[in-house]
Amino acid sequence: MEKRVLFRSGWLPYALLAPQLAVTIIFFFWPAGQALFQSLLQQDPFGIDVEFVGLDNFATLFADEHYLASFRVTAVFSVLVASFGLLLSLILAVFADRVVRGAGTYKTLLIWPYAVAHAVAAVLWLFLFNPTLGIVAHWIKGLGIGWDPLLNGHDAMVLVVVAAVWKQISYNFIFFLAGLQSIPKSLIEAAAIDGAGPGRRFWTIVFPLLSPTTFFLLVVNIVYAFFDTFAIVDAATAGGPGQATEILVYKVYKDGFKALDLGSSAAQSVILMMIVIGLTVIQFKWIERRVQY
Amino acid sequence: MARPPASAAPRPRLPAGVRNLLLPWTRNVPREGMVENRPFLDFLTHAVLLLGVAVIAFPVYVTFVASTITAEEVLAAPMPLVPGPHLIENYREALLHGAGNSAAPVWRMMMNSLITALAIALGKIAISLLSAFAIVYFKFPLRMFFFWMIFVTLMLPVEVRIMPTYEVMSDLGMLDTYAGLTLPLIASATATFLFRQFFLTVPDELAEAARIDGAGPMRFFWDVVVPMSKTSMAALFVIQFIYGWNQYLWPLIVTTKEDYYTVVIGIKRMIAGGGEASVEWHLVMATALMAMIPPALVVILMQKWFVKGLVDTEK
Repeated sequence: MEKRVLFRSGWLPYALLAPQLAVTIIFFFWPAGQALFQSLLQQDPFGIDVEFVGLDNFATLFADEHYLASFRVTAVFSVLVASFGLLLSLILAVFADRVVRGAGTYKTLLIWPYAVAHAVAAVLWLFLFNPTLGIVAHWIKGLGIGWDPLLNGHDAMVLVVVAAVWKQISYNFIFFLAGLQSIPKSLIEAAAIDGAGPGRRFWTIVFPLLSPTTFFLLVVNIVYAFFDTFAIVDAATAGGPGQATEILVYKVYKDGFKALDLGSSAAQSVILMMIVIGLTVIQFKWIERRVQY
Repeated sequence: MARPPASAAPRPRLPAGVRNLLLPWTRNVPREGMVENRPFLDFLTHAVLLLGVAVIAFPVYVTFVASTITAEEVLAAPMPLVPGPHLIENYREALLHGAGNSAAPVWRMMMNSLITALAIALGKIAISLLSAFAIVYFKFPLRMFFFWMIFVTLMLPVEVRIMPTYEVMSDLGMLDTYAGLTLPLIASATATFLFRQFFLTVPDELAEAARIDGAGPMRFFWDVVVPMSKTSMAALFVIQFIYGWNQYLWPLIVTTKEDYYTVVIGIKRMIAGGGEASVEWHLVMATALMAMIPPALVVILMQKWFVKGLVDTEK
């Protein structure tokens, strides 16, 4: 879309764009270029000995059992976060959509966790799940189940998934509720007159009509689990115990800042960038075409 | 559901029509009555929602209780679930002296968070408003090139370019400065797109009239564009304030001095290092609650703008 009326000036548009472009170049393009470049180099932690190694860093990564394990952890983590996050918020949204009186209060009480920082959410759940003093850990043990997220990898995964889902429900809820409220009332009434009960109406009318929103949220939640949950993992488990919760983003940080393996960290950055680009392209291709009614 | 016009979605992440879907929310139109009368379903509805509200609120309730009791009471498993009498002294202790290994006082960290969040939110709005204005209202060489340059930054979240960005900051001597905390986070393609979308809906007649009256582009910007963009700015401000306040990874690596810790980082430092027993959970929990209050108030008090901002920025 173009404006019919456009101003002309030799310098003004560039001056207006300058602040944004300066920040973009210094903090986006330059570092991204560096990451690409460093991913092809092998250097010691002090940057004294630098050697061009081509794609060796990538080859090493895909032969590295730890890196492949991190991929698996990320896959499990994002599937759990996306499926529980979507399921629970859909249930809440479906019921919130039925409410006539008090709807505003329920909405307010369900959306505020969006405001809580990921790291704070992690600390809250870490406290609840702490094996010695956590109240929820106490209840779990009361059921006769062993519980120690500091030593047991599965328990640690439960901890980060719960914190991540808790934080994300409000976002999903807002979009699901909006999607539900856009479904024409007449369709649901017509089905009701034809004798379809609430469950049948949900599966045959509401759920299919909601699929664009669901797909949108699915991609957003996967991106969320891949990238935004760094703070949750770092504050709650630091990737441990062992490697049990070491998602890809956390490994980039750990290998770069803790292990000072710059080439490997840069190569991992490049792989993550490609994953982001891939997810963006999937969104472009799919969202308008396939899941549309 | 109608497809949006192709030009209306440079970044079609949100499914067609969902923008309109949110109107019921933002306008708070009450839904009509339920399709038919089903008392059990009504009961179930409220039961499920109340359960959801309770489960979501539970961690914060426990946090509040833990912040009102003594360190010994926290350690006595299971801790009580009724608030104790130490609220004022715990909060005063945390605010003035901090907790644990990082002894930075919490009021200082709250100030840092406020400065960071405001700088990021206002900085983003300012530079995005200017660049969107340039892209929509001017014709100049390389316009589309610049547009795409801003667009691709969507694909480079800070997490994936963290190490080289850190090196750039360190070369520029910006570690442990407010500029270092905020500048890398104020470039935002989303905000630029939001304003671009909005400008495209502004009737052409306004710019024509301005030109006929002899107003230059900057006069038009200040007198017409800025006043008209106020709603978009408010919505964006809410989202970006929360985003800035809750930043984690970036402040974690650019701040090494306690003077520059934000409150989110402060909490992390309080529980890091030292043995299990050395964590002063009652103070950590008081700090966590204080860290939640400003963004939560923003969400609750500016709810309509918050939802609008969430949808407009599509995240």
